[in-house]
Amino acid sequence: MGNVLNQIGIENYIFLAVILFCIGVFGVLYRRNAIIVFMSIEIMLNAVNLLFVAFSTYHQDAQGQIFVFFSMAVAAAEVAVGLAIVVSIFRNLGSIDIDNLKNLKG
Amino acid sequence: MDASTLLIVLLIGSLATYFSGDKFAGKVALLFSVAALAVSVLLLNAFNAGQNVDVLCAWISQPKIAFALKVDGLSLAMLLLTTALTPLIVFSAFGNDHKNAKAFYALILFMAFAMAGTFLAADGLLYYIFWELALIPIYFIALIWGNGDADERRKAVVKFFIYTFAGSLFMLTAFIYMYQRAGSFLIDDLYNMRLTIKEQFWIFLAFFLAYAIKIPIIPFHTWQAKVYQKAPTVGTMLLSGIMLKMGLYSVIRWQLPIGRWAAINFMHIFIGLSIAGVIYGSIVALRQKDLKKLLAYSSLAHVGLIAAGAYTLTLDGLKGAVLQMIAHGFVVVGLFFVAEIIYRRYETRTIADMGGIRIQSPKFTSMFMILVLASVALPSTFNFIGEFTVLYSLSRIDMWFAILGGTTIILGAYYMLRMFQQVMLGQQNARLFQDVTFNEGVVLVLIIAVLFFFGIYPKPITDLITPSLQNILTFVYRTN
Amino acid sequence: MDSLALLLLLSPFVGFLINVFFGKKLGHNGAGYLATLAVVVSFVATLVFFLGLNGGAKPSEIKLFDWLSVNNFNIEFGFLLDQLSVLWLMFVTGIGSLIHLYSVSYMHDDENRHKFFAYLNLFVFFMISLVMGSNLLVMFIGWEGVGLCSYLLIGFWYKNQDYNDAAKKAFIMNRVGDLGLLIGIFILATLFGTLNFTELNATILGGTNAGNTTWIAAAALALFIGACGKSAQIPLYTWLPDAMAGPTPVSALIHAATMVTAGIFMVTRLHVLFDLAPVVLDVIAYVGAFTALMAATIGLVQNDIKKVLAYSTVSQLGLMFLALGMGAYEVAVFHVITHAFFKACLFLGSGSVIHALHGEQDMRNMGGLRKAMPITFVTMLISSLAISGIFPLAGFWSKDEILMVSFHGNKALWVIGSVASVLTAFYMFRLMYLTFFNDFRGTDEQKHHLHESPALITFPLIVLGTLAAIGGLISLPGHSWLNHYLAPLFAEKTHEAHHLGTTEYLLMAVATVGALIGIGIAYAKYIKQKQLPETDENISGFTKVLYDKYYVDEAYEAIIVKPINFLSRFFRDYIETAVAGFVFGFARAANEIGYQGKKLQNGNVGFYLFAFVLGVCAIISYVFLAK
Repeated sequence: MGNVLNQIGIENYIFLAVILFCIGVFGVLYRRNAIIVFMSIEIMLNAVNLLFVAFSTYHQDAQGQIFVFFSMAVAAAEVAVGLAIVVSIFRNLGSIDIDNLKNLKG
Repeated sequence: MDASTLLIVLLIGSLATYFSGDKFAGKVALLFSVAALAVSVLLLNAFNAGQNVDVLCAWISQPKIAFALKVDGLSLAMLLLTTALTPLIVFSAFGNDHKNAKAFYALILFMAFAMAGTFLAADGLLYYIFWELALIPIYFIALIWGNGDADERRKAVVKFFIYTFAGSLFMLTAFIYMYQRAGSFLIDDLYNMRLTIKEQFWIFLAFFLAYAIKIPIIPFHTWQAKVYQKAPTVGTMLLSGIMLKMGLYSVIRWQLPIGRWAAINFMHIFIGLSIAGVIYGSIVALRQKDLKKLLAYSSLAHVGLIAAGAYTLTLDGLKGAVLQMIAHGFVVVGLFFVAEIIYRRYETRTIADMGGIRIQSPKFTSMFMILVLASVALPSTFNFIGEFTVLYSLSRIDMWFAILGGTTIILGAYYMLRMFQQVMLGQQNARLFQDVTFNEGVVLVLIIAVLFFFGIYPKPITDLITPSLQNILTFVYRTN
Repeated sequence: MDSLALLLLLSPFVGFLINVFFGKKLGHNGAGYLATLAVVVSFVATLVFFLGLNGGAKPSEIKLFDWLSVNNFNIEFGFLLDQLSVLWLMFVTGIGSLIHLYSVSYMHDDENRHKFFAYLNLFVFFMISLVMGSNLLVMFIGWEGVGLCSYLLIGFWYKNQDYNDAAKKAFIMNRVGDLGLLIGIFILATLFGTLNFTELNATILGGTNAGNTTWIAAAALALFIGACGKSAQIPLYTWLPDAMAGPTPVSALIHAATMVTAGIFMVTRLHVLFDLAPVVLDVIAYVGAFTALMAATIGLVQNDIKKVLAYSTVSQLGLMFLALGMGAYEVAVFHVITHAFFKACLFLGSGSVIHALHGEQDMRNMGGLRKAMPITFVTMLISSLAISGIFPLAGFWSKDEILMVSFHGNKALWVIGSVASVLTAFYMFRLMYLTFFNDFRGTDEQKHHLHESPALITFPLIVLGTLAAIGGLISLPGHSWLNHYLAPLFAEKTHEAHHLGTTEYLLMAVATVGALIGIGIAYAKYIKQKQLPETDENISGFTKVLYDKYYVDEAYEAIIVKPINFLSRFFRDYIETAVAGFVFGFARAANEIGYQGKKLQNGNVGFYLFAFVLGVCAIISYVFLAK
C-alpha cells in the first residue's frame, strides 16, 4: 500500500486538525446552546483523532489508531451521559441556554 | 513499670471520669490525678535507682514513626510539675458548680495526659501529636465553661486555637524536612543529624514560630491576655501553669540542640527579644483594669525572663529557666486561684471594684501576700532561686541583659504591690467577704509550702535536672 | 555553739510563728511579752558570743547545707559570727528588746497588736539573718526580708491608702537598690568565684583579678547603689521620711536604729573590695556628705516631729557614709552605734509625746510638755545634746571622729559635714524648744489629758538615754576599745595610732562651738523671740522650697512615675491593639482572598469554559515558550 502521506503531506492534516480544533473552541466559547457546545466539543475531539491517525501513519505505528478507538468509545459514552444531563436540564429549566445554568455558583 | 504507665493512668482517668457521671466526676478526677502524681514519684524513684523506664516500640512503619518515650531529669521535673499541679487544679475547681461536670473534669485529665506526653515523647512526630492534642481540651474548656460574653469568648478562643495551630504547622514542616534528611523522627537521630548552616537556620526559625506563640514571646503574645481573661480559672491555670511551660521545655529539648548553629549565633537577638518581653509585659501589667489580665501580663514578663535564660545556652541559664518554670507554675496557679476566690465572693474581676478585703479576711490576705511576694521573687521563695540563677547567667553573657532583665524586680514589685493595695487594702468593703474555706485554704497552703520548701532547699530539683541539661548542652556545643 | 547560734537566729522566728497563729489567743499583752521574750533570748545568746569574742575567741562559721549552685560554685546556707556581726547583733537585739518592750505599752489598744508583734519579730529575724549571713546571698535574704517587714509595718494601718502608698514606695525604692546589689553580687561572683565573705576577703587580698579595676569599681558602685536604697542616701532617700507613716516604735527600730544601717554594715563587710576602688570611695564620700547637708536643710523647717527626726536620720546616715568614703570604716561603725542609741531614744521619746497627745505630730500644736513629761523630756534632751555633738555625750565622740577623718581626707567635705552638724544642732533644739518649752498650744481637751507615759515606755527611754550619754566610752580617742575589738577585721591595714595633736583639739573645739552656735540660734528664735513656724499657707520663699523637700518627690513623680504610667497606658491602648491588629491582618487577608475568589465561582458555565480554554492556552504557551 502506497503511503497516503506521499500524495497529501502531513502538514495539511495538521492544518485541518488545527482549524477543526479552533472551530470547536470558538463554538464552545460563543454558542450558548448546550447541544451546540457539545457538538463543538465533539469537533475538537475529532480534530485530535484526526491527528492521531495521521501521525500513526506517519510514524508507521498502529498505536495511534488503537488510541483513536478508545477515544471514540469514550466520546460516545460522554455524549450519552452529556445528552442525558442536557435533557434533564431541559426538563427542569425549560431551556438549554448555558447562561441560565448558574445554580452551581458558590 | 515504665513511662507509659503515667500516660495510661491519665488516659484511663480521663475516661473513667467521663463515665462516672456528673456527681462523682470531680472526685474520680482527683483520685486519678493523685494516682498520676504517685506514678511520677515512682518514676522518679526508678530513674534515680538507675532503672530504665524508657519506652521504644515501633508504631508506624511508613513513614517510620516510633512510640518512643524517654525519661530524663528534665522531663521528670516537668512531669512532676504537671502531675503536682493537676490535682491542685482539679481540687480548686470543687468550689464551682460546672454544667456537664463529667466532661469538664475528663478534659482536664485529658489535657494532663497530652501535656505529660509532650514532656515524655522522644519521637518528633509523636511529640508533635501530643503537642497538638493538648490544644483540643483547652479549646473546649475555654469555649464551653469560660466566662463573659459568649461571642467575644468564642472569638478569643478560636483566635488562640488557630494562632497556636498555625505556628505549630511550621514546626511540623521542619520535622518532615528533617525526616527526609535523617530518615527517622527519633530525637537521638535528629540530634546527631548533620545539617548545613542554612538548614539549621530555617529549622530554628520554624521551631521558634511554634514556641514563641505558645510561650508567648512578644510580639506573638496577643492571644494571651484575652484567653486568660475569658477562660474559666481552671483553664487559665492549665494554660499558664503548665501549657506555656511546654513551649519553654521544647525550646530546651528540641530547638536549641537541633538548631544549634542559629542558637549560638543569634543568641543575642533572641535574648534581647525575650528581655523586651520582660519589660514590655511589666509595663503593660501596671495599668490593667482586670485582675486576670494583669496576671496574664505578669506571666508574659516572667516567661520572657525564663526564655532569656534558656537562650543563654549556659548551664546556669538552662537550670535557672527550668527552676523558674516550676516556681512560676506554682505561683501563677496560686495567683489565678486567688482571683477566682475573689470572683466567687464578689463576682467581679475588675480591680477597681475591689478593695477593703484585708480587714475581713486575715487568712486569705496572708496567703495572697505570700503569693505576691513569691511572684516578685523575694529571697527564700522558690522564684528567687530561679530568677537569681537566670539573671546571673544573663550577666555572664552581657551585664546589660542582667540590668534590663533585672528591672523586673523593680517593675514587678510595682505592679504587684499596686494591685495588692487596690484589691486588698483600704477602708472596709461594703460587701461581705468570707475568709477562705477549708478547701481553698488547702490548695493555697500546699502551693505556699512548695514555694518555701524549694526556696530554702532547691537542691533536689537542681540535682535532678543538671545532668540532663548538661547533656543537652554537650549536643549544642559539639564540634562536628 | 552552733545550736546557740541557731537559737539566736530562730528565736524571733518562732516568736513570729506563734504570734501569727496563736497571737490573738494569748491575752491582752501576751503577744507583746512573748515577742519581747523572743528577742531577749536572742540578745542573751548574742551576749554569750560577744563576751566570747571580746575575750579573744575565734569567729565561728556555721554551714548548714548547700543552697544553690551557679557557675560551678556552691552557695551554702551558712552563718558567720565574727566581731562585726556580733557587734551589730548586740545593738539589733538589745535595742530591739527595748523597743519591743516599749511597744507593749505603745500598741496596747490596737486591735491588731499580735500582728504588729509578729511583724516586729519577723523583722528582727530577717535583720539577724542579714547580719549573720556568711555569704552575700544569705545576707540578701535578710536584706530583702527587712525591706518586706518595713513594707508591712509602714502600711500597718492599712485602712489608710496614703500609708499604703508610703509602704509601697519604700519597698519599690528599696528594690531599685536591691537590683544594684544583685548586679554587684553578679560581678563579684564572676570575678572571684565565690560569695562567701571569708573566702571573698581572702581572694581579694590574695590579688585575684586585682588588675581588673574597672569591674571591681563597677561592683563596688553597684553594691553602693544597694546601700543607697537601704540606707536612704541620695538619690534613693525619699522613702525614709514617708516611712514615718508606720507606728513610732517601727520608726525607731527599723527606720533609725537597725535596718537603715544595713548599707553601712555591707560596705564595712566588704571593705576590702571598696579599698580597691578609690574612685567609688570618693563617690560614697561625696554622696554621704551631700545627703547629710541636704537632709539637714530640709529638717530645718519641718513641723512634723517625726519628719524632723526622719531627715535627721538621713543626714546622720550621710555622715556615716562620709566616714566610709574616707576609708574610716570603724569610725562609721562607731557612729552607727551611738546613733542607734540616741536616735532610737529620740524616736521613742517622740512616740511618748505623740502618745500623750493622742496622735498629734505637728510641733506647732505642742509646747510646754517639759513639766508634764519630765522623763521623756530629760532623756530626749540628753539625746538631742548627743546628736548635736556636745561634750562628753556619745554623739560628740563619734561625730568628731568623722569630721576629723574628713578633715584629713578632704577639706571641702569637712566643711560640708561641719555645716550639716551645725544645722543638726539647730533643728534638734528647734524640735526640743517647740515641743517642751513655752506654753502648750494644743486643745484644752489634750491639755487636760497630758501625762507622763507609763513605765514600760519610760524604762526604754531611760536606758537609751543613759547609753546616749555614755556610749562614747567605747571609742575614746587614743583608748578605743572599739578599734581594738574590730582590729581582726581590718588586719590588712596598717593602723596609725591616733595622735591627739593641736589640730585635733582645734577641730573638736570648732565642732563644739558650731553645735553651740546652732543651739544658740534655736534658743534665740524659739525661746527668746518665741517664734512659731508659719502655718502651711504662709510658708514662702526658700523656706517653702525646703518645706517641700526641694520638690524631689515631685521631680521623681514627673520624671519616672508619670512616664512609666503613661507608657503603660500607651502600650495597653495602642501598641497592644496595633500588634493584635497586625496578627489579625493575616486572618483578614485570608478572608479577603476567599471573598475575591468567591467571585470567580459565579456559576456561569460559559465563563468556566472560557477560563478553561484560556488556561489550556496558557499552559501550552508556557510549555512551548519555556523551551
